[in-house]
Amino acid sequence: MRAFAETLDSLSTTQSRNGKLALLTAYLRAAPDPDRGWALAALTDGLPLRIAFRRILSDLMAARTDPVLFKLSRDFVGDTAETVALLWPTPADPVTPPRISEVVDWLLNAKPSEHAVIIASVLDRCSVRERWAFLKLVGGAPRVGVSARLAKTAVAEIGGQDVSAIEEVWHALKPPYTELFAWMEGSSERPDPGSVPVFRPLMLAHPVEDADWPSLDPLDFAAEWKWDGIRVQVSAKSGEVRVYSRTGDDISPAFPEIRSAFAHTDVVADGELLVVRENTVAPFNDLQQRLNRKSVTSKMLRESPAHLRLYDLLFAHGEDIRALSFEARRERLESWHAEDRPLLTDLSALVPFTTFAELEEYWRGAREAGIEGLMLKRRASPYLAGRPKGHWFKWKRAALTLDCVLMYAQRGSGKRSSLYSDLTFGVWRTRDGANERELVPVGKAYSGFTDVELRDLDRFIRANTTETFGPVRAVTPKLVLEVAFDAVQPSTRHKSGVAMRFPRIHRIRWDKPADEADTLDATLAMIDRPAA
Amino acid sequence: MRPVETWLYPASLGLYCEPGDFYIDPPRPVDRALITHGHSDHARSGHAHVLATPETIDIMKVRYGANCAGDFQTAELGQTKTINGVSVRFVPAGHILGSAQIVLEYGGRRAVVSGDYKRAADPTCRPFELVPCDVFVTEATFALPVFRHERADSEARRLIQSIARNPERTHLLGVYGLGKCQRMIALLRAEGFDAPIWLHGALVGLTALYQNLGIDLGDCRPASTAADADLKGALVMCPPSALMDRWSRRMGDDPVRVFASGWMRVRGRARQRGVELPLIVSDHADWPELLDTIVETGAEDIWVTHGRDDALVHQLSLMGRRARALALVGYDDDAE
Repeated sequence: MRAFAETLDSLSTTQSRNGKLALLTAYLRAAPDPDRGWALAALTDGLPLRIAFRRILSDLMAARTDPVLFKLSRDFVGDTAETVALLWPTPADPVTPPRISEVVDWLLNAKPSEHAVIIASVLDRCSVRERWAFLKLVGGAPRVGVSARLAKTAVAEIGGQDVSAIEEVWHALKPPYTELFAWMEGSSERPDPGSVPVFRPLMLAHPVEDADWPSLDPLDFAAEWKWDGIRVQVSAKSGEVRVYSRTGDDISPAFPEIRSAFAHTDVVADGELLVVRENTVAPFNDLQQRLNRKSVTSKMLRESPAHLRLYDLLFAHGEDIRALSFEARRERLESWHAEDRPLLTDLSALVPFTTFAELEEYWRGAREAGIEGLMLKRRASPYLAGRPKGHWFKWKRAALTLDCVLMYAQRGSGKRSSLYSDLTFGVWRTRDGANERELVPVGKAYSGFTDVELRDLDRFIRANTTETFGPVRAVTPKLVLEVAFDAVQPSTRHKSGVAMRFPRIHRIRWDKPADEADTLDATLAMIDRPAA
Repeated sequence: MRPVETWLYPASLGLYCEPGDFYIDPPRPVDRALITHGHSDHARSGHAHVLATPETIDIMKVRYGANCAGDFQTAELGQTKTINGVSVRFVPAGHILGSAQIVLEYGGRRAVVSGDYKRAADPTCRPFELVPCDVFVTEATFALPVFRHERADSEARRLIQSIARNPERTHLLGVYGLGKCQRMIALLRAEGFDAPIWLHGALVGLTALYQNLGIDLGDCRPASTAADADLKGALVMCPPSALMDRWSRRMGDDPVRVFASGWMRVRGRARQRGVELPLIVSDHADWPELLDTIVETGAEDIWVTHGRDDALVHQLSLMGRRARALALVGYDDDAE
């Protein structure tokens, strides 16, 4: 527990990805089995424990602290587990904390009624940092800024492998992952996923840049529409079906209808998950309601039905066809789909074209048609994990722009921590019946400017601050920012009632008076209509 | 017997001793001020007459200039003076160099105004001395049971280990400029760290004063005189406000930001400030020290000046003691 506590403690205050990766790798290399495997589980899919954590903590503290002091402390600290760790009496004599594996064994083999006693006895044997780490370990997501993928990357580093190698076997493994560490350390073979429908890392596209076009030959490429849903992989084998997000998270429980649709198949398919009603793709917002759920209600299934638009096939009837060309895989996709006919699916249509000029016409019409853009896929390319260069390109529809007024600025993090780089901007709203206009925030952007422009912005913000709230500064509303974004959506979270998707600073309009910035009415007029 | 509250009470200009006709740590200029220590929320400029320890007077002069009060009278620690029939004695508070508790006796009752204090060891000042009393006036900066500071020497070792582990990265240590700065330097020196320590301009004057007053802090240099190469992998100290600000851009792309403060006990505070290495070192009493000290004084009444008076008053009432918040204005609850 001690080494884990030190690592988790450092992770919680380390900002850089490389710093976190180095800490994790060092811990996973040095820690013994099975402790490191349980730690890995806590940082990825969670430990397989069912503990009534909140209730136990509140019972334990009720018996040990005054409720008023506990509440004052909890309010100040802002995190219950951390408050408990800080308030728990520190033993007078030095103690040795139990090993992670001991703790997990005790909890796995205990009756729920015994959990509280076990947790109390572990806390009694720990220092304050160890108490915090222990409670984060068994309390669900530790929230130390480590994604599951980063944790898997650290495991891969041990074996000098790419993270995709871990991802391909991950869902067939169970904590404490001893066979995974043995494989990375070279003392055993790659674990066999057996009959589990595992995740296969996705192939991703690069944005097409102006400089790319001269080197591209239209004959080498197939084109597809770029659909605005979430990219998923459906992996089906022996009646078992999993739906994975593009990062390899198992999101199956949220989409039972897709699982049923594939139950009779034996494939790994790549596609876009959409909500489709009466043959019309619903706005992205509707899909969002279905995400991040452990279960779905029948009402949600009825009102926001899921649909899978298929792009590609990685495995067909157990055969790995990733090394085949896109064209050959597409044929396999079409023939398989015609044969198995899974419900709630269709194929992403190929867009026929002979010249890029022709394709550009489609691209120009994308926004009108409610489509996010086009994809270009090299006909000869195999299916490669990650984001390989020169194979797939995404050609997003042209951005919309609005002239907005800078309202607030916040410090960035890491290398930008001394610079006000997070900018909140607004547009003018005229209240009904009033003559005066006010600014309402419509978005926040962190990018699009050069380093030199960032320094200029920082100087402007410091010189024009009207109020400071913690890390945020309110600035005199006089600088116009031309903001580029993909779309505007209705939003209940913002005072303006709208939210921008993918906003970035397109140009800084030092020359333009704030009065001439855009209005909320102009912004509302840009809200997307559902796509056909 | 004159109950203390009849001759010592909060008035509009600060805590006032009526028969003595003086204020203690008044936040606004007054005719006669007794000052517990040199922190700016306790020692202000513009009083006509100031009574304080020699070190506190030196600190005030460095901060505000030699003419920051009409006249200065020194109070040696332990010596008793009488002001208009009130007996006044300055006793070490263990907070920073020159810090004192002020012991007042009048009408057969004794009150101790402790200012800010701590019980933990500090190589840069004399340790806290306990004075039994009828009324104990206490701070409550860290008066929540979550605040239990770490041992300062082991926190200093954590910093030294981090410097050794990251030889390429500048360590930028944020500290309160008076007291914490010099204590951290002394602690690091005591743990064998003998490399030059580079100081932000705001820390130079007071650190020089400590050295002039005989506290050995080793090789300390103004960061403004350093070549950029000198700062690489070095230890640089600055006030907390500079930790994330433009000044810190000199420290390379990726300095290790360190902050030594009692507030670092709470992870959210460290994260909020972008601190990578939080050191839990405080010049204030933590929760157990506050409670122990209050009990040891044997005081019947406890008056709480500033900080988390809500929690402390509640706890003392649970312990069966009379406690009240003085609600004095003008003190920083947050500065450390």
